[in-house]
Amino acid sequence: MDILGILSSTASFILDPTTMAYALAGLGLAIHFGFAGLLNMGMAGFMALGAYGYAIGVLTLGLPWYFAAFVGIGASIIFALILGIPTLRLRGDYLAIVTIAAAEIIRLLLLTSAFIDVTGSADGLSGFNGPGGTVTNPIVGAGGFNTSNPIPDGEFGFEPFFDDERTWYLRIVGAIILAVSVFVVWRLVNSPWGRVIKGIREDEEAVRSLGKNVFAYKLQALIIGGVFGALGGIMLALSTNVNSGVYVTSLTFFLWTALLLGGAATVFGPLVGSVIFWVLQAFLGLLFPALAKLGLLPFDSIQAAQVRFILIGVALVLLVVFRPQGIFGNKKELTFVK
Amino acid sequence: MRTMSTMRRLASAVGAFVLAFGVLGIASPAQADVVNPEMPFKISGNVQNKGEPIAGVTINLTGGGGYAATVVTDAEGKFTAGVPEKEADYTVTVDESTLPDGVAVIDNPATEFVEANVQTVTVGPGGRVAMNFFIGQGERKTVAWVDQVVQRLISGVNFGLMLALASVGLSLIYGTTGISNFAHAEMVTFGAIATFALVEFFGDAGLPLAIGLAIILSASLGWALDAGLWGPLRKRNTGLVQLMIVSIGLSLAIRYLYQFFIGGGTEQLPGADSPKIPLFGEVSLSVVGMVSMGISVVLIVIFAAWLTYTKVGKATRAISDNPSLAAASGINVDGVIRIVWIIGSLLAGFSGILWAYFRPGIRWDMGGQILLLIFAATTLGGLGTAYGALIGSLIVGILVEASSLFIPSDLKYVGALVVLIGILLFRPQGILGRKERVG
Amino acid sequence: MSSNDKPTTPVKSTGLNVGEIRPGVAKKDPILIADSVRRQFGGLTAVDVEHVEIPRNAITALIGPNGAGKTTFFNLLTGFDNPNTGTWSFNGRSLAGVAAFKVARMGLIRTFQLTKALSLLTVMDNMKLGSTEQRGEKLWASMFHFLWKKKDAEIEAQALNLLTRFNLDAKKDDYAASLSGGQRKLLEMARALMTKPELVMLDEPMAGVNPALTQSLLDHILNLKKEGMTVLFVEHDMHMVRHIADWVIVMAEGKVVAEGDPHEVMRNPAVIDAYLGSHQDDDLGTVTGRITLPKSGKEK
Repeated sequence: MDILGILSSTASFILDPTTMAYALAGLGLAIHFGFAGLLNMGMAGFMALGAYGYAIGVLTLGLPWYFAAFVGIGASIIFALILGIPTLRLRGDYLAIVTIAAAEIIRLLLLTSAFIDVTGSADGLSGFNGPGGTVTNPIVGAGGFNTSNPIPDGEFGFEPFFDDERTWYLRIVGAIILAVSVFVVWRLVNSPWGRVIKGIREDEEAVRSLGKNVFAYKLQALIIGGVFGALGGIMLALSTNVNSGVYVTSLTFFLWTALLLGGAATVFGPLVGSVIFWVLQAFLGLLFPALAKLGLLPFDSIQAAQVRFILIGVALVLLVVFRPQGIFGNKKELTFVK
Repeated sequence: MRTMSTMRRLASAVGAFVLAFGVLGIASPAQADVVNPEMPFKISGNVQNKGEPIAGVTINLTGGGGYAATVVTDAEGKFTAGVPEKEADYTVTVDESTLPDGVAVIDNPATEFVEANVQTVTVGPGGRVAMNFFIGQGERKTVAWVDQVVQRLISGVNFGLMLALASVGLSLIYGTTGISNFAHAEMVTFGAIATFALVEFFGDAGLPLAIGLAIILSASLGWALDAGLWGPLRKRNTGLVQLMIVSIGLSLAIRYLYQFFIGGGTEQLPGADSPKIPLFGEVSLSVVGMVSMGISVVLIVIFAAWLTYTKVGKATRAISDNPSLAAASGINVDGVIRIVWIIGSLLAGFSGILWAYFRPGIRWDMGGQILLLIFAATTLGGLGTAYGALIGSLIVGILVEASSLFIPSDLKYVGALVVLIGILLFRPQGILGRKERVG
Repeated sequence: MSSNDKPTTPVKSTGLNVGEIRPGVAKKDPILIADSVRRQFGGLTAVDVEHVEIPRNAITALIGPNGAGKTTFFNLLTGFDNPNTGTWSFNGRSLAGVAAFKVARMGLIRTFQLTKALSLLTVMDNMKLGSTEQRGEKLWASMFHFLWKKKDAEIEAQALNLLTRFNLDAKKDDYAASLSGGQRKLLEMARALMTKPELVMLDEPMAGVNPALTQSLLDHILNLKKEGMTVLFVEHDMHMVRHIADWVIVMAEGKVVAEGDPHEVMRNPAVIDAYLGSHQDDDLGTVTGRITLPKSGKEK
């Protein structure tokens, strides 16, 4: 067994675009749930809109990648408005069911063959990042994400981060988006605005009785969190193809696990949680099959790769019951009011 | 350094795998036969004979600029060809000599257009287009509208009854404990998987025995979940939101445990391919369908009688109504909730068996596929009211099945989800629920 | 001044009414007027108030047996619930159909029967939330520290001042969850004052407050009047009502059945009727009073 190799590839997940995508969407979820107390179980829908909005912006509308990203963000804002205006008056668990259903509707609409011309149906969309992938799409041309890469061709860095120019470009863009996002959220939640939404999380009637327009604040929180969800989806789209099979409810649940790992009512919680989540996922995904191959586990290596998904569920249960504030969170900070 | 680099690539592969399949719970789809994958745009489709895919059919494509390609359909009757230009016309031709003997390209029942084996398609601005071929005996046969409606209604009632078995349990559990139990989906799957495992053990002839034992096992699962998890959490006074997230975690853990044991494929129970018996016109129903509707009705009647007339049933309704009052009047709330979990799980397990026949097939995530429909049914009838769940299920079942008369069948669940959202918005107490007194 | 000083002797306002005292009597200077406010839950009429006026710059008690509709009436007046019919106005401005948060911004602030301290916010943050002048609460402004930093410091000074008066200054950095029941009542009242209200509506301010704190609470309520505010409170405790109220409105079965000076009202047969018949001979204070005032606070 190549322990060193496993550790090295595990470490590469610290800077993986998927980890960053989770951190971004997790940040959105932290605003929704950790700070405003909104039980959003439909984050996958916001991410799907971000990713598909971006891809469709490039492929169908012919926009350069940075404008296309705004199509994704715009779609998530519209979704938040449509979802929020009628539903934010519902109590917590109802909101959870409505959001999960709405996200499923989005996924089914992206999957149906009725709109295959735009969404690609079950095949999803590809080639929208411009030359560099397996498929070249002439429309993407100079406006593609890959074309905008200023880094010269070649492989750079040191193990476990020894990669080509596209991977590095993706990491840098992702890190910048993430850093700006974390800063914005940190600023927001430590401002009077953040004070109001935290108050709403604790007791919205009390906040209403002090003359605050609770509904408007909740809608703002839903939109902002949704935009971070869309950014997470765009991040995924920048790194790979988009496919509606990715944006299923399990994705939302995994985000919740990552969020609760790091601490829902903290700014760095989603970041820390996503890194732990993915590093553990990668580690266990390599370790168990390796152990199984050596005959140290009583099952085959395909099964061994499944074990970690079972562990995600178990981890979520244990976290919620025993450490609702997250691994590093402060017990006083969280958060399952009522 | 070389190994490092290899491992790194392996890691990316793991990442990609996780992203595409593992994490997301979709099994690897059978890949259509593809030619010219390097070209940016795509023409795809499938070739079917009365809903059965035909493999090995040769499709020729031609287009402007001297484009010509030949592709052969795969085991699922699918083909995909890359094409160089979009907003351009291509000619797609089915080589009829490669079709099975005695059949030809016929009209498409969805569009009612007569379609010949040579077709012109336009690749639109999105860069992709689907072209499906329907093969038949050469005769034209349209199913009468009335027959279609009746067929869908029967199917809907069947589906609705199956949903009802799962919904009444979910509804009772919600009513007595307040838990929005996402793991109910896994309790549904459990019945099917337990039956499958027992049939493997007893052989096909032991199916009735296997079903009986699977139901007992389902009931035990309900007992075990309450004794091992929900009961202790109740004692800790865990909040409702926490309980909901616990049920999500539980759902994930059990779901992937199933995948661990039975893998990502689809398994069949004996009798899943039982012949359809024509009733009248084009309307038909399989023996399994009839039996499952019959058993559903019997079970629901027994359940309703239990809820209405027995002491425990009455206590259950009392707790749903007002738990603290029920406790104060000497009802053993914990004991009743334990029984509710057992019965809820039993019914869910049985509905899982029926779902395995209805789909048809057993998959590790089969319960998850209908979880939101179960929620929709429960909510529609009124959360916490068992009779409401029954009515809600029938409505959802019929709605889902009948909606495919009007909208593409891959959108048939959307209608039910829209109803779910609408009900929560405008009448959260459901059809039978009472409006809660405010203040 | 500290609230631990000698109990304030209440200065009662008199001559608030115009004309003969009866339910719904007109006031010389009403701050709040309600007409035909009715709220039904299913078949049950919880509130059915023909006409009532609340006098300005006075302390008015709203009393009545359990289920009389007092809290529901509060909810209706403050926009937390919508009546089936009725109109009501505050300072001459109609409040019918106005959202609760807008009502609060007009200067009509309320507290709740079950105290709503925001548990996982610090006491200071609870207080700051009460301020209505922080533009950093707007989404865009919130991201620019310099836009709201100065105002926040002012608000903090104002809050600290109030906290000192309510003896909570030592707790300012604690989470509200760590306060005792009585302290939460004080915090809720202090937080309400941060909005600089004209009319303060207190829903059972004494419920669950331990006897050691009751006197200081009473003083605070009296101080509100001294500072020019109007107080309307729901209370079961007759000692307190007699001690501080200038005017008493009695509700039973959703209707206003009597009004008047506290001592007069207690002798009104309609009022005695409204409470349990079997206790007619007892002093009302003993029947409903769940707390006894500490020695110093007792009436002579």
